[in-house]
Amino acid sequence: MEYFLQQLINGVTLGSIYGLIAIGYTMVYGIVGMINFAHGDVFMVGAFMALIVYLALVAIGITFVPLALLVVLIVAMALTALYGWTVERIAYRPLRGSFRLAPLISAIGMSIFLQNYVQLAQGARVKPLPPVVPGGHQFGAAEGFVVNISNVQILIVVTTVALMAIFTVIVAKTSLGRAQRACEQDRKMASLLGVDVDRTISLTFVMGAALASVAGLMYLLYYGVVDFYIGFVAGVKAFTAAVLGGIGSLPGAMLGGLLIGLIETFWSAYFSVEYKDVAAFSILAIVLIFLPSGLLGRPEVEKV
Amino acid sequence: MPQTPAADAQASTEASFPAAVRDAAVAALIALGLSAPMMGLVPVQSPQGLVLEQRWAPVAIAVAVVFAGRLLLNLTLWRPGRVKRVGYVPPKLEAKLAGLARFLGPLAIAGAVAMPLLPFTERYAIDLGILVLTYVMLGWGLNIVVGLAGLLDLGYVAFYAVGAYSYALLAQYFGLSFWICLPLAGILAAFWGVILGFPVLRLRGDYLAIVTLAFGEIIRIVLLNWYWVTGGPNGISGIPRPSFFGIDFDRGPDGFAATFGLDYSPLHRILFLYYLILALALLTNFVTIRLRRLPIGRAWEALREDEIACRSLGINTVTTKLTAFAIGASFAGFAGSFFATRQGFISPESFVFMESAMILAIVVLGGMGSQFGVAIAAVVMIGGFELFREFSDYRMITFGLVMVLVMIWRPRGLVSSRSPSVFLKEKKAISGSLVQEGHG
Repeated sequence: MEYFLQQLINGVTLGSIYGLIAIGYTMVYGIVGMINFAHGDVFMVGAFMALIVYLALVAIGITFVPLALLVVLIVAMALTALYGWTVERIAYRPLRGSFRLAPLISAIGMSIFLQNYVQLAQGARVKPLPPVVPGGHQFGAAEGFVVNISNVQILIVVTTVALMAIFTVIVAKTSLGRAQRACEQDRKMASLLGVDVDRTISLTFVMGAALASVAGLMYLLYYGVVDFYIGFVAGVKAFTAAVLGGIGSLPGAMLGGLLIGLIETFWSAYFSVEYKDVAAFSILAIVLIFLPSGLLGRPEVEKV
Repeated sequence: MPQTPAADAQASTEASFPAAVRDAAVAALIALGLSAPMMGLVPVQSPQGLVLEQRWAPVAIAVAVVFAGRLLLNLTLWRPGRVKRVGYVPPKLEAKLAGLARFLGPLAIAGAVAMPLLPFTERYAIDLGILVLTYVMLGWGLNIVVGLAGLLDLGYVAFYAVGAYSYALLAQYFGLSFWICLPLAGILAAFWGVILGFPVLRLRGDYLAIVTLAFGEIIRIVLLNWYWVTGGPNGISGIPRPSFFGIDFDRGPDGFAATFGLDYSPLHRILFLYYLILALALLTNFVTIRLRRLPIGRAWEALREDEIACRSLGINTVTTKLTAFAIGASFAGFAGSFFATRQGFISPESFVFMESAMILAIVVLGGMGSQFGVAIAAVVMIGGFELFREFSDYRMITFGLVMVLVMIWRPRGLVSSRSPSVFLKEKKAISGSLVQEGHG
C-alpha cells in the first residue's frame, strides 16, 4: 500500500510533465493538422534555457529560490517561445498547403537540427544541477506506513494545474482562443471572416513552446540533469499522451499525460524498468488501433 | 518573406533598400535572442558546481551570418515585385531530367560494376562503395513502402535489424551458412513486416509514421534488453564471414585463392562483398520496376494517390498495404544480413532511429517513387558524409538543415516526375507537383 501510494505520487508528477508537453502537440495538431515532430526538442531547449537562466541568476547573486524560480520560469518561457516561433516560421509556414508528408519530414529535419545544435553549442555531456528545491513531507507515519512527497513534486503539480487553468481560460474566453477554435474548425472560412490565420498559428506554436519550456524547467528540477537527447523519448511519450487523451483536446492532453505517467511509473515499479518505454509505446499503438479518437477527442469524419 | 502588396511591387529596388536593411536587422535581432543564451552562455562543471562560461564569438558570427544572409536574400530572391514561380520546376526540365535518367541508369550501373576494377581504385573507395550501395538498397526497399504505396514508415530500420539479427543468431546457434540465412532473413523480416503492418492498417499518414517509429524503438529496446539471446548492448560478435558459395576466403588449400589458382589477397573478400551488395541492390531495383507493372504495383500507386477512390474501385487495401510492408521489409532483411556478415559484429547501436531517419531522408530527398533519384540521394548523402569526415561534429546539424531546406525548395524531392506505368500510345512524364495527392 505504502509502495503503491508512493508510486502514485511519482506517477502523477511525471504525468504532469508529460501533460505540459502534450498540450503543445495537441494544440498544433488541432489547428494545423500536423505532428510537430520537433516539439520534444523544443522541450529540451526549454530545459536548457531554464538551466542557463537559473545559473545566470545565481551568478548575478539572486539566490532567493522562489524569486529565482519565478524569473527563470518567465524568462525561459519567453526564450523558448521565440524558438517555437522561429521553428514554425522557418520550417512549417512555407510548407503550409504543400503535400501531406512535407511538413512532417521538415519537422524531422528540424528535430535533428535542434538536437545537434544544442549538442554543438552546449556540449554532449550531461549537465547535473544540485537540488534547487530541497525538502519534503512525510505522510501516514501514524498509520504505520511512510509516503514521501518532496517539495519539488508539489511545485510541479501545482504549477501544472495553475498553467492548465490559465490556458483553458485563454482558449475558452479570449479572442485569441476564439480565433484558434475557428482555425481549428475551418481555416479558410476563418480567414474569410477576418481571422489572421498566420498569426493565430504562430501564437499557437508560441504557447506550445512556452508550456514545453515549463515542462523543461520541471524536468530539470525533478531529475537534476539535462542533456541534448532528452527531447526524443519525452516527445514520443507526450505525443502518446496527446493521442490517448484525444488529439486536439486540451483536457484530453492533460488526462493522457497523467495516464502515461502513471502507467510508466507503475510498470517500472511492478514489472521492469528496462521495458518501461516499450509499455508507453505499446499503449500508443493499442490506443490508435482500438480508440483512434482517444478518450476525450471527437471522432474524425472523413470527407470525400 | 516580406509579403508586400501589389501596389508596392512597382516600387523600384532602390526604394526598398532601407526596408530590406530593416527587415534584415529584425532577423538579426531574433537570431541574437535565439543564440545569445544558447550559444553564449555555457554551463561548465567546476569545483563550485555548474558555472556559466561566456562565449560571445559564435553568437556574433551567427548574428552576422543571419543579417548578411537575410539582406542578400531580401535584395535578390525575395525582392519585392519579383515574380515568384510557384513551387515547381518547369515541366520541360522535369521531363528532360526523367529522360536523362533513362540513359544515366545503365551508365551508372556500368560505372558501379567497373569501379572496383579500375587501376587507381583504392580499398577505401571499395569500402565506401559497399556502404553507399547498402544505403541504395535500403532506400530502394523503403521506396516500395513510402514512394510507391505512400505509407510513411519511420521504423524501417527495425526490419534491417531483424535481418541482421536473424543471420547472426541462426549462424551462432545453428551454424547455418550465409547463403541459407539470406533468404531466411528476408522471409523473417517480411513476416515481421506483416506483423507490424497488420495493426496499423487503419492508420493514416502522420499517425502511421509515429506508430512505426514506436515499433522500431520497441524492437531496439527488446534487442537491448534480451540479454540471454541477443547479448544486449554487447551485441553479437564473431559472425561468420560470407563464403563464395561454400568456398572460404582464406589462405588454406581449400580457400578461394587456391581453388581458382590466384595469389591470396585480402582484397578478394572485399570485392566479393562489393559485387554481392551490388547484385542485391540491383535485384531490389529490378523487382521494384517489375512489381510496378503488376496489378499489385499499380494498386500501390493508386493507394498512394487516393485511398478512398481505391476502396470504392474494389481494391483490397488490406492485402495491398500488407504486401507493400512485407516486400519492403524483406529487402531490408536482405540488407541486414549482408550488413551482419560484412561487419562480423552487430549491436543495437546500429539500429537507432537516426538510421531510419537517414534512409527516409534518402528516399524523400531523392524523390519519392523515383528509383534514380533515390540512388543519387544515397550517393550524395552517404558519400558526402564520408567526405566531410573531418567536420564530423557538423555533419548531423547540416543533415537536419538540408532536410528542411530541400523540403521548402522542392517538397517532392529532387527527381519528382511521375512516369506512368500504364499509358496510351505515348509515355509522358508528369511533374510531381502537378499531382494532387489524396489522404491515403
